[in-house]
Amino acid sequence: MRFKIEQRPEPSSLMRVGAPVVATVLTLLFGSIFFAMLGHDPVATLHAFFIAPLNSLHGLSEWLLKASPLILIACGLAVGFRANVWNIGAEGQLIIGAVAASGVGLFWPNPESMLLLPLMFLAGMGAGMAWAAIPAFLRARMNTNEILVTLMLTYIATLFLSWLVHGPWRDPAGFNYPQTALLPVAAMLEPFDYSYRLNPSIFITMVAVVAMWLFTDRSFLGYKMSVSGAAPLAARYAGFRESAAVWIGLLAGGAAAGIAGMAEAAGPLGQLSPQISPGYGFAAIIVAFVGRLNAFGIVLGGLLMSLLFLGGEGVQMTLGLPSALTRIFQGVLLFFLLAADFFIFYRLRRVREKA
Amino acid sequence: MDLFVAIFTGTIIAATPLVFAALGELVVEKSGVLNLGIEGMMLMGAAFAFGAVVAGYSMPLAIAAGALAGAVTSLLFGVLALTFLTNQYAAGLALAIFGSGVSAFLGRGFGSAPIEALHRIHMPLLSEIPLIGPMLLRFDPMVYLALLMLLLITWFLYRTKSGLILRTIGESPQTAHAIGYPVIKIRYMAVLFGGLMAGLAGAYLSVAYTPLWVENMTAGKGWIALALVVFATWRPLRVLLGAWLFGGMTILQLHGQALGLGVPSELLSALPYLATIIVLVIISQNRQMLALHFPASLAKPFRPAT
Repeated sequence: MRFKIEQRPEPSSLMRVGAPVVATVLTLLFGSIFFAMLGHDPVATLHAFFIAPLNSLHGLSEWLLKASPLILIACGLAVGFRANVWNIGAEGQLIIGAVAASGVGLFWPNPESMLLLPLMFLAGMGAGMAWAAIPAFLRARMNTNEILVTLMLTYIATLFLSWLVHGPWRDPAGFNYPQTALLPVAAMLEPFDYSYRLNPSIFITMVAVVAMWLFTDRSFLGYKMSVSGAAPLAARYAGFRESAAVWIGLLAGGAAAGIAGMAEAAGPLGQLSPQISPGYGFAAIIVAFVGRLNAFGIVLGGLLMSLLFLGGEGVQMTLGLPSALTRIFQGVLLFFLLAADFFIFYRLRRVREKA
Repeated sequence: MDLFVAIFTGTIIAATPLVFAALGELVVEKSGVLNLGIEGMMLMGAAFAFGAVVAGYSMPLAIAAGALAGAVTSLLFGVLALTFLTNQYAAGLALAIFGSGVSAFLGRGFGSAPIEALHRIHMPLLSEIPLIGPMLLRFDPMVYLALLMLLLITWFLYRTKSGLILRTIGESPQTAHAIGYPVIKIRYMAVLFGGLMAGLAGAYLSVAYTPLWVENMTAGKGWIALALVVFATWRPLRVLLGAWLFGGMTILQLHGQALGLGVPSELLSALPYLATIIVLVIISQNRQMLALHFPASLAKPFRPAT
């Protein structure tokens, strides 16, 4: 008895939805084996990783707080990914957005102005877009690979942030920590309730999800973007220029990441420090894929990925396991998802050995 | 003169991990596969080699462990990209994230345990020759191994039948398959070889270049290696030139700090990344030259029609 791989006559819609579920289950299975090998009780550890963080209102608030930037950024990135525009540098765009927004918050002449938050929002979005415009320009006009440029710009952004908080923007009253002064109150996204950290930035994310859905599923431009990703020649024949897809894709990602950076600085952190992002920009890439590059899928993907972050922190505190576990789980989840995707287009069929 | 020698030798040493990783990726890409996961494979190589030294194994064994770790890691990508026909960009990214996580997880026990670095070669008499000795004959063995690999890979790709088959598969897997070559199998071997080389690159970083383990110590060198392959327009000798260019940038930046140029160290550290962008822009302007050596089926999944 052996198996043969066979192309399905048409893609399986069941597997299209089922693949992320299968991948999640397999990731959990991998997790329990992994924890068992480390000598921890797998059930207890998985509980600590995936259930315990959501057992309290505080946990739920943290869950949504962390899911929000992931979903927001993934929505922006997915617009590009649909058109085969690979913005891998959302982390850098987030950092630059946070820097620009914090700059406005810290140095605006009137720190009590009602305009402060809107200005910071625009600064964050604009800076993220500007940072993404560099690879967009280089790809559209100079044919330069956007994957490598966005990545290099992420390293540059990280170093730039590090220089700012170690040097000119360092808070003199900050006990020598590399961080800026706290943002003024008017520059903060106040939490709904001071017992928890969740703040109105979650609404920005909701708007982004709806906007992305309208763009990708309900607009002609979004449709043309997807066509140019799936069939570039057909798109060109239909008069849709590749450079348009490059610009739209990268700017959407940059804007979303820049806003996410602003919301992190003005939200839970309240200042700039080198730890402005625990890798949201990179994790959002996985969220976009787990969510099938689809707005509502991304919401689910973001909630799942956010849970991975929370669970990683949880087992770090309760069991002393390193936070690197989060990245392992992220990688494994993406591995399983990509493998499960195979079964959308193919199936295994048992063939009997011929005598 | 001493400063000149220091910059020259420093450049060659700093270029060595890039030479390993980029040459490995060059072979992978020549077979028509794009593995973006170099950073993850390098980190695995670095962690395993370092861990082996800490555990008391000999240096050659430790380096072999690093190479093997890189190869085994690359297999994950291979299964996804070659058997499951997934998007190679996504599979490579997953590998980069996974490798970074696993290496950080394994490496948490190492702390900052200092180890004795890989010894440099000291040949009696020869290494004492003025100028030539210090500049060319006092490196550690891995530097020479990198150069040897360059020669071997050039010879393999352009002077052997197997190399021709590999390049054909990168150009047109359908044709190669029709003639009867096992496309998937050969691509697997190329991916494994790329992982092996990335593992060596990582091992070099952790046991020779800096002799210590730090989480995510590759700091983007895996991505720069990817850029080098484009820079080299898929030709091995140019990989070496590119690696020296970036090695030189790294070393000049180090000496710039020592000389007290008054420029913040972060901005100097950004130079290699900035240079990568500039070089990529210049190279990609020349579309004809890129098209000439570009493996036509790069990153396109292949499944033999049955």
